[in-house]
Amino acid sequence: MSEPVNVLIVGVGGQGVIMVSKALAWLAQSRGLEVKQSEVHGMAKRGGSVFSHVRFGEQVWSPTIPRGEADILVALEWAEGLRWLPFLKPEAGIFICDTKRIVPPFACLNRRPGAPMRYSRETPAEVKAHVAEGYAIDATQMAEELGNERAANVILLGALSTALDFPPEDWEKAVAEFVPKKTVAVNLEAFRRGRAWIEEARLLAPTAEAPAAIAPARVSPPGPAPAYAPRLEIVREWCKSCDICVKLCPERCLRLDAERIAELADPAKCTGCRLCEWLCPDFAIRVHLDAVAPQGAAA
Amino acid sequence: MKAASEAAGGPQQAKAEVRPLTGNEAIARGAWEAGVKVAAAYPGTPSTEILESLARYPAEDLHAQWSTNEKVALDVAIGASFAGKRALAAMKHVGLNVAADAFMSQAYIGSNGGLVIAVADDPGIHSSQNEQDTRIYGQFATVPVLEPSDAQEALDFTRLAFELSERFDTIAIVRTTTRLAHTRSPVALGARQEAPARGFNESPAKNVMIPAHARPRHVAVLERERKLKEYFETAPINRVEMGGDRAFGVITAGTCYPYVREVLPGASVLKLGASWPLPEGLLARFCESVERVFVVEELEPVIEREVRALGFKAEGKQFFPRVGEFSPEIVRAGFEKASVLAPRAQRPAWTPEPLVRPPVLCAGCPHTSSYMAVRASGARVAGDIGCYTLACLDPLRGMDTTVSMGSSIGNAIGMSKAGDTKPVMATIGDSTFLHAGIPGLIDAVYNNANITVVLLDNHITAMTGGQDHAGTGKTLRGEAAPRVDYEALVRAIGVKWVRTVDSYDLAAMYQTLREAIAHRGVSVVISNRPCVLDPVKIKGPALTVVNEQCNACQSCMNLGCPALTWDENTFEGRHKVKIDQSLCIGCTLCAQVCTIDCIKPTHSVGAVAQ
Repeated sequence: MSEPVNVLIVGVGGQGVIMVSKALAWLAQSRGLEVKQSEVHGMAKRGGSVFSHVRFGEQVWSPTIPRGEADILVALEWAEGLRWLPFLKPEAGIFICDTKRIVPPFACLNRRPGAPMRYSRETPAEVKAHVAEGYAIDATQMAEELGNERAANVILLGALSTALDFPPEDWEKAVAEFVPKKTVAVNLEAFRRGRAWIEEARLLAPTAEAPAAIAPARVSPPGPAPAYAPRLEIVREWCKSCDICVKLCPERCLRLDAERIAELADPAKCTGCRLCEWLCPDFAIRVHLDAVAPQGAAA
Repeated sequence: MKAASEAAGGPQQAKAEVRPLTGNEAIARGAWEAGVKVAAAYPGTPSTEILESLARYPAEDLHAQWSTNEKVALDVAIGASFAGKRALAAMKHVGLNVAADAFMSQAYIGSNGGLVIAVADDPGIHSSQNEQDTRIYGQFATVPVLEPSDAQEALDFTRLAFELSERFDTIAIVRTTTRLAHTRSPVALGARQEAPARGFNESPAKNVMIPAHARPRHVAVLERERKLKEYFETAPINRVEMGGDRAFGVITAGTCYPYVREVLPGASVLKLGASWPLPEGLLARFCESVERVFVVEELEPVIEREVRALGFKAEGKQFFPRVGEFSPEIVRAGFEKASVLAPRAQRPAWTPEPLVRPPVLCAGCPHTSSYMAVRASGARVAGDIGCYTLACLDPLRGMDTTVSMGSSIGNAIGMSKAGDTKPVMATIGDSTFLHAGIPGLIDAVYNNANITVVLLDNHITAMTGGQDHAGTGKTLRGEAAPRVDYEALVRAIGVKWVRTVDSYDLAAMYQTLREAIAHRGVSVVISNRPCVLDPVKIKGPALTVVNEQCNACQSCMNLGCPALTWDENTFEGRHKVKIDQSLCIGCTLCAQVCTIDCIKPTHSVGAVAQ
């Protein structure tokens, strides 16, 4: 008995991971194959990571794809693609990834000057070196050109279709079945563009290496190096103990002292963000940014 | 389909329609085919879709309803069973805790019309507060627990559960897990069969559990267990699949079975369709037929303990963990550790550092402003269960405790009576308040607790995907229903200080919380704004940050709004902020907290830089 085909589809809540996987599962089932499609969607609507395992073949046991056994990994978001890379077959897996970046609020919490965004730094070229066959598509940009940003997922479905052995007409039936009725035309066009994009990428690079297939992703540069250290000047006479600064300090490093005057309780946590200075109704707080390196101070 | 479809006992139709269904949809289908007349549930991941699916079958076939909580749902189902009709209650694992009082007593009473509880466990804690094992409840109450391993079995076992319930005069549990509940696989559909009519069984000795009646019922329960064990000795849902190799055999059930088959396609397996009660003869014969016995089961060693009690040296939890969800990898690792499988060659895995992406409150979520105000109030905050539990994380960090549905108010009373030095606050969503918060509020008034209760009214059960409840004005089938008037309800309980505030008015929220805290005794603040996703997705005109003016104080980033992110430009080394126009719904919270008023309606700013 032949092994089942394993397709892992991943992304962020709201991107259409479940729609893409349902369309694939429907198609495989219509060809008379046993299909299992497994997702965990409890948190899907709340911007968490979403994944769906689709397995089909003559017989399928586990609903989930074992690590290292996905034939194809389709990612609707760049960092989610990287997260699931260990599930791809190391020697033969195909990686199809949108370069779209959805930066979670968690990645932007560090207020220290020069702090980097906590988003994946790997470039498409680095990723390519670690997969058998990789494609980084700016599907979101392509979908915007079609006038419907939400069609990016169907562009990826089009890309996926080239890696599986179903006729394009059947794929298009599956697309028409699962997208909203009003958007069938634009989604069919999106599907064809996704397909054409991959075929062109393969043509440009006929070897499995496919170096031209990797488009540059928009990776954020590291911020400027920190050049100063924060110091708080609190004018005791002006403070009226309202404790607005204490309650709204993002680092929670302020408190009221024994005389109920604001004080910096935890200087190591202070990032010098000036929020207390901005919020103080009595101008009692000033934040000084003392230079720590002479060459940085000039900035 | 596999042998399981014979198990239901129904005649196989020549051309059964095959459709991909999730485990939840299959349970609903099975209940409908079994002729269920009344079904009730309180939504809870991963069980929610069972009732949602049932509500898509004709109203002439069955009554389906959202209940206020799981205990009420089970009581409704019990009532229908008393009336002689087949009835289903569906819930998540922790829902059975809420329903446990009725469940444990009804286990003595048994059933008239078939009475089935579908319980979905959550191994791995995808969306719950714990990973308790429902099979132990079956053992505790001495009722049968059927464990389907795929959607086909979910349908078949649900039908069978109704038959067993009536035949053995018992509640029957169909136990699934998150994985099965949310996995689609092909299911052969059958026709609906109306169950034979039974009238009300006028038998107080069986139906009224006073001590004199309960004592003989306990004896009957034990006799029932004996009969069930006898039945399961030969029931087709428990099956032995002997492989060529007798060096070892595997006993497994439910969703672990496909993992075992994935990893050991040819092994000798005893696949149990019912994980309680366990047929001793069948277990013994299987154990004697192989040299080593492994038990592969998620969570608690329910089957393993039973096999050991029979005197066999079963191996289980030393190789397969007692925590978390299983996968083919975990089952393989266990058999490798047990030297049954040779270790696989280590693949050189390249693992980029994964991005942290916890679920977040949506852009424009009314809970965001509620918790900004709660956080600024400096109170000790007892939280509760819902989307808003996410406010315990950075940057809102607006919650100190969360225990179980409705606990916030009782917890707050305790904190206050214990003399917490901060003002004490309970925060609770509308659906959770109706579910289990009202008795806590009565307790607070009765015992004159000095607490503030913030009722986060977003007009829906949001966490589970937007289900109606008694406060939304709609039933499960979408019909108009009376709405609970929270202010009137709270006043009727005896609360003197009640105020309703628009959640989006941050200053009013904060000011109201201050006044509520100043009030001695119980105060209630109703933070009122609909969920931005359900019942309708709300999208207003987006806002824009005037980049040149932004001073990068990132005050707005304190909201944790997913539409706000760093801009490439910096001020004093810190990133300025920009707004994702496709996500922003225009709630204006960021503009309200902006220290220099540089967040404006997009149309007033003109061309947006991004």
